[in-house]
Formats: sequence, C-alpha cells, structure tokens
Amino acid sequence: MFSYCLRRTLAAVPVMVVVALFVFLLLRLSPGDPAAIIAGDMATPAQLDRIRETLGLNQPIYLQFFHWAGELLRGDFGTSLMSNLPVTQLMAQRLEPTVSLALLSIVLSVVVAVPMGVIAAWKHGSLIDNAVMSVSVLGFSVPVFVIGYLLIKIFAIDLGWLPVQGFKRISEAGFVPFIRHAILPALMLSTIYIALIARMTRASMLDVLGEDFVRTAHAKGASERRVLFKHALRNAGVPILEVIGTGFALMITGVVVTESVFNIPGLGRLTVDAILSRDYPVIQGLILVTSGVYVLINLAIDLSYALLDPRIRYQ
Amino acid sequence: MSDDATHAELATAPVLEIRGLKVTTHASPAKPILEGIDFSIAPGETLCLVGESGSGKSVTSLAVMGLLPKGSLTVTGGRIALEGDALLDTSPRRLRELRASRMAMIFQEPMTALNPLMRVGEQIEEVLVMHRKGLSSAQRRERVLEMLDQVQLPDIERVYASWPHQLSGGQRQRIMIAMALVLEPKLLIADEPTTALDVTTQKQILKLIKQLQERHGTSVLFITHDMGVVADIADRVCVMRHGAVVETQPIAALLRRPQTDYTRQLLTAVPSLRPRAAREVTDREVVLEAIELEKRYGQTSRWARLSGRASAQTLAASEVNFALTRGRTLGIVGESGSGKSTVARCVMRMIEPTAGGVRVMGKDIASLGRAALRPHRKRIQMIFQDPFRSLNPRLTIGASLIEGPVNYGTPRGEALARAAELLALVGLPKDALARYPHQFSGGQRQRIAIARALAMEPDVLVADEAVSALDVSVQAQVLALLDDIQRRLGVAVLFITHDLRVAAQICDEVMVMQQGVVVEYGPASRVLGAPEHPYTRSLMLAAPGRHWDFSQFRPLEHVLEEAPTSASDAVVHP
Repeated sequence: MFSYCLRRTLAAVPVMVVVALFVFLLLRLSPGDPAAIIAGDMATPAQLDRIRETLGLNQPIYLQFFHWAGELLRGDFGTSLMSNLPVTQLMAQRLEPTVSLALLSIVLSVVVAVPMGVIAAWKHGSLIDNAVMSVSVLGFSVPVFVIGYLLIKIFAIDLGWLPVQGFKRISEAGFVPFIRHAILPALMLSTIYIALIARMTRASMLDVLGEDFVRTAHAKGASERRVLFKHALRNAGVPILEVIGTGFALMITGVVVTESVFNIPGLGRLTVDAILSRDYPVIQGLILVTSGVYVLINLAIDLSYALLDPRIRYQ
Repeated sequence: MSDDATHAELATAPVLEIRGLKVTTHASPAKPILEGIDFSIAPGETLCLVGESGSGKSVTSLAVMGLLPKGSLTVTGGRIALEGDALLDTSPRRLRELRASRMAMIFQEPMTALNPLMRVGEQIEEVLVMHRKGLSSAQRRERVLEMLDQVQLPDIERVYASWPHQLSGGQRQRIMIAMALVLEPKLLIADEPTTALDVTTQKQILKLIKQLQERHGTSVLFITHDMGVVADIADRVCVMRHGAVVETQPIAALLRRPQTDYTRQLLTAVPSLRPRAAREVTDREVVLEAIELEKRYGQTSRWARLSGRASAQTLAASEVNFALTRGRTLGIVGESGSGKSTVARCVMRMIEPTAGGVRVMGKDIASLGRAALRPHRKRIQMIFQDPFRSLNPRLTIGASLIEGPVNYGTPRGEALARAAELLALVGLPKDALARYPHQFSGGQRQRIAIARALAMEPDVLVADEAVSALDVSVQAQVLALLDDIQRRLGVAVLFITHDLRVAAQICDEVMVMQQGVVVEYGPASRVLGAPEHPYTRSLMLAAPGRHWDFSQFRPLEHVLEEAPTSASDAVVHP
C-alpha cells in the first residue's frame, strides 16, 4: 500500500515538470518577440527593454528556464503586467470563492446523484428509472446560464429568498451568508454533474448487479438494501469516483460562466480578465495552478481506488 | 460412485419435492422455459440434474432458490416444497430466511462468485450476521474458522483475512462451500461447481462435497453437463431436455440401461478415455516445429532494479520441442497454468517467444519482424475457444470469411465463391453468408470459425480449447468435422485441450505439460494408454467417470489404478 502511494505520488512529479516546461515555452516559442507580444502594438522601445529585463530575455534560454523554475519553487510566479501585483497574491485572493463553490457543488452533486443512480439501477426499466434518466437528459441539454438565470428569477427575484448576485467569503462572513450566496451558483454548477454522476452510477450499478457475487449475496439471504449498498455500490465505485474526480477538476476551471452570471470574484473571472488583457505572467500562473490541481485530484482519485479495491493495492 | 441403488430408494419424506414446475419468459408471447418438471430428493441423497445447454437445469435450481432473474422469468405453475414448506407461496422475507439456513447454493465460477472487495472470512461471517443474530462476534469468528477447517483450507487464520483474489479457484470454491454449509442447510444446490476447475482440483472438491454431505446429512442437487462427474457422484440422475424431464433413474440403471433415445445419445457422445490408435503416417513432411521454445514473463523492470527488488520472472514455457507432420494431430494437454496456451500463442506469434525457434514449413518465424512475418501468417490459423466471442457480431458471416483472403490479395468475388464452398464443407447452408453470428447456435458458430480459419488455406490449424464450450453431442459433431477436414485437406492440427477424453479421441500424438515444462510426449496410445510420468498418471486418475465406458453402457475393464501394482486385475463395478 505504501509503495503504491509513493509510486503514484512520484509519478505526479514528471507531469508537473512537463507542464512547467510547456508553460515556459508558451511565451518563449510564440512567433515574434515575447516582449512585443506582451507589450502590445503601442509599446515604446523603452517599455520593451523593461519587459525584456524583467523576463530575463537577454539570457540563454536554458538559463531563463532554470531561473524561472527556481523562482516558481520559491513561490514567486512573477508580477502581473496590468496591476503590478504579485501573481501569487492575485490568485490567492480569487482561490477561496472558486474552491469553496466547487466543493459545495460537488458535495451537492454526489448527495443527489448517487442515490438517484442506485435507485434507477435497482428499479431498472420502471417509471422511476425513466424519470431519473429524463431528468438527467434535461440536465445535460439545458445550457448552464439558462439554468442560472432561471434560478435567479425564481428564488431571488420572484420569491426573494436569496440574494441575486455577489459572494460572501466563508472566512470573513461565516457559514450562513456564504451558503445564502453560494447555493444558487452551486445548484447551477451542479446540474450537469448531477446528470453525469447519476447516469454513471446507474450504468455502473447495472453492470455490477448482473455479477455473480450479487447472486451469491441473494443466495445467502441478504436483503435488497444490503445487496445494493454493501455489495453492489462499493464494487460500482471506481467509475463513479472517476467521474466525480474529473467533474471536480473541470469545475475548478469551468466556473467562468457561473462566476459571470452571479458576479463572483473567483479564478474563472481572473482567467478571463488575464486572457483579454494578455497578462502573460498571470496566465502562466493560472495554468500552473489549475494543472497542479488536476494532478492532485487525479492523485487523490488513484489513491482512493487503492482504498476501495484491495486488488489495486497489491499490484 | 454409489455401489448400491437401494440406498437412494430408502423412502423417507423428501427434502425437496418439485411437481409440475412451469416457468416462462416475461416477454409476450411468453415462451415456455420449463414445461412441468417433476423430481424429488431424499435426505442425504445426491440427485444429478444433467442436460445440455438450454435444457433448463439452471433455471430449475434458481426457481427453487427464488432467484429467477426478475422481469425476465416467472414461475407460472407447479409446486416446490422444501421439507414440506411450499416455497412458491412464501413471502419474500421468509424466503430470504430459508436461503442459507435451510437451502444453500454454490455456483460455477468461483472466480466471480465472491465479492472482490470483502475479505473471505467476512463474507462467510455475513451469513451468520444475517441469520444468527444472537451470536457475538467472537462466536461468529470461531464458527467461521471451524468451517474453514472443515473445508480443509490450510492456515485458516490467514485465509480468514484474505481477499478473494489472493486465493486460487479451488480455494475460492472451498470458501463458497464453507459459506453454503455454515448453517447446516438440509439442501445444497451445486450448479456446475467444478466445471471451471482443473481435473485434479475437481476431484478434491467433489470428494469434499461428499464428505461434508455425509457428515451433515445434506441432500445435494448437483447440476452438471459432465457424464463423468455424474457417474462418480450421483445416487440418482434426472435427465433434462428442452425444459422437460426425459428420465429419472438410479445411476447404475441409467448408465447400463438408459430408457430413452436421448439419454442413450447423450451417453454415446461422451468420448472414451481409451486413446484411439494413431493414423497411419502417409506424409512425413514436417509443417510445424518448435525447437527449445521458451517464454518468460516479467523481465526485470528498471524500477525493480532501482528499488533493489529481486526480479519476479515466470517461466511460462521452457524447452518445448515438437514436430508436427502434415495431416496429423498433436494434442497439448495440461491444467491451467501449464503453459499450453502460451505455446499456442508463441507458435502463432501472437506473443514473442523469449528463446528458441518456431519453424513453419521449414522457415523460422520466431524472430521475424512484423512485415517479414506477414506472408507466413496465413500458413497457420487459429480456432478459439468461445465461438460466441470469436466472431465479430457486426460482420456478416461472408464478410468474416473473406476478410483474411482479401487482405492477402484474393479478389473479392473469388473469395466469396470460396467462402460459399467452405460453408458447404463445414456443413452449413449457402445463405449463411449473408447472415450474422447471433443467428447461429454455438456449434454452428464453431463451424464458421473453422471455415474462417480454412479460408486462408493454412498448413496448420491451432485449436485452442476449440470444443470446450460446446455440449457433448455438438462437441462430437465438431470433432468429426475436424477429422473429416483433416482427411480431405491434409491440414495438420495443433490441438490444445484440458480434456483428456477429447485428446484421446482426436490426437495422434500427445504432449503433456505441467508448469511450463513438457513432462511426457509421444503417441497418444502410449501417453494416455500407459502413462509413465506421475503427473500424467495423476491427470488420468482424476478424470471423472474413468471407470465407465459410456458409449458401451458398461464398466471399463483394466482401468489405471492408484496403486500401480493392481492395475491389471482391477475391475470396478459402479
């Protein structure tokens, strides 16, 4: 088990190195002078020189990389070209809204979708099954922003139960204001994942319910509930976890629309702003951080497989 | 084998009684699956339910357990009584209570019948958790360990804490038996419990079931397609066909004097363990030759070297030598893990041998690259075990048959004409060309697979367990077909099988493998008729029903015996 974890963790290191190299080359290998790209069309020669200096573009490329990577390891992602603030500081400010929103959404999705999928598989072919499947098709096909505006219309404007927009940090305002502001965006963000996870749970459970050991469990005289949750669900778990993990990783980067609709100052908004203004250091920092999150989530999924399935543990 | 029929006839109240059981499919119009089944089992008796696939024997057992797949099969009539309790009328709750406590079941595939994510000890214990609520966890554990001991597992403390994947097939089946018998049920239903196991393991499991049955006075409903097993364990036999009981008789009477044509056919189709005489050598041309063939798995990985771990290498096959001449059949027999399939795959170059040579028509192909290998591929073709998975379900039979020749440049029209001829050769109608695999039965599909292999006009056919998935009567037909084709086309056959009966009937030469090593190689009449190596002997001794000459309805004389000295004078009566 320990060796499995160690191997998986070590395997994440080269992935991050490749990502870092890619991010570094992104700017250096684009056609033309990186300084000119960064500065834009209206830059004066003095500005260009200043940019070259700050980026160390006068040095050989491998020295530039080692220098840059060394800075990264010390936690220095450079300085934003627009705001002149350190990139780390910019991202840190935006991290909490995005991560707390994503976490809330994924918890919501799992709590709703997994039982839905289990029941649909158990009552395979019945009215309940069809209802679950129809809801999930709806979840897939209605555009996210439509769901967002509908939610705002119903719960914020018509009923007036919840605020229309904005965000309250759990670290500053406490849990209740956070939830009041976050629940609608979380619902909006969850719809597609509820659909996805419910479908995957159903499909995976259907596979497992046809397995021999499920028949064995019935032959032992186990109750339906015991067969479903103790024997089948755990065995159906790996693909479900896979979807949850990928879903979570996608959420981190996929919150742009939600953050725009609800005017939340998160990473998604920062990304859009940075791209529109060609703020390369910020873009680089964002790519590195989101890739890092991806890698970490994948690592977490791999390790949870091992917890779930002894056959993986002993490989 | 029971040596008296009277023992079964000791009339007492039956443990299980089935009268007029009818089961149909749920579809409309409902298709009948069981059409009025009748039989009963006395206390302590072993009743064998035999029949070919589709006869309804498994459906019968599932109906008893109340485990018919919901939404596809329903009981529409009849009565099932377990010690007088009418099972069809009981509530689902009561039925759940009866399962494991009064009737228990073990299944065919021990590899998949256990939950892979639960320790085996826990899985047995679960039965006690559900049915014996009063027991403390210490008492439960003690009872489970006692049961593990009864099924003769070694090192029971370790086994208790093992995961299913850490145990062998035989060990898992022992776990299933322990789980089934932990509450001492009156009835044990065993659905092909040894079919997926090696013969030597099968012998041990059958013996174990017998011992436990005697110890606990359990009645056994044993479902099997294997007449050899039936001859060894049954008190009475119930023969089923197309959802109906054909005949029910005590074992000795059934084997000697079958009452119906169907049973007679079934018995006649069982291949004899007596090897047939080798055919005359007509052609000495060697078409396939293996020279010091070796396959090793698990080359030392860089990681293993870095971490200083010893390299874990498996020798799947080593020092394999054989020569196959035109028109002959060489059988490679052995149990799982013997390396017989590895040899077949090396010869086909589906995997690369790590050392040694493979000569096809005199040309060494063992180390040829992809492109250089191509012209030689068509000389050697394979027939696989499972005809339900070896044909692409999306291709018509015609498309499957011409794919190979067209790849090798035969014009489409010509290939199609040849395909039609081949279908006639394997005994299928011409219009089969336009149909899809699912429209054919298992036996027909295996004929198609043979035609597909022949379409390449190979010099060698490699048949890897090519008849193992088929019913005996179909098996006999396919074997006859192979024999006929061989005589007509002169193709040589490398026949991989675990079934000694099949090997005895089809092979001229036999090679016995054990753990990657050839232990005996020679004419079938010598290797299987008078085996010298202890392993070959143990295989022959484990062959079920080896005392019986099924097609002649009489016991065999001069059977190989456990003690070699008494081999000549041993005559065994069933």
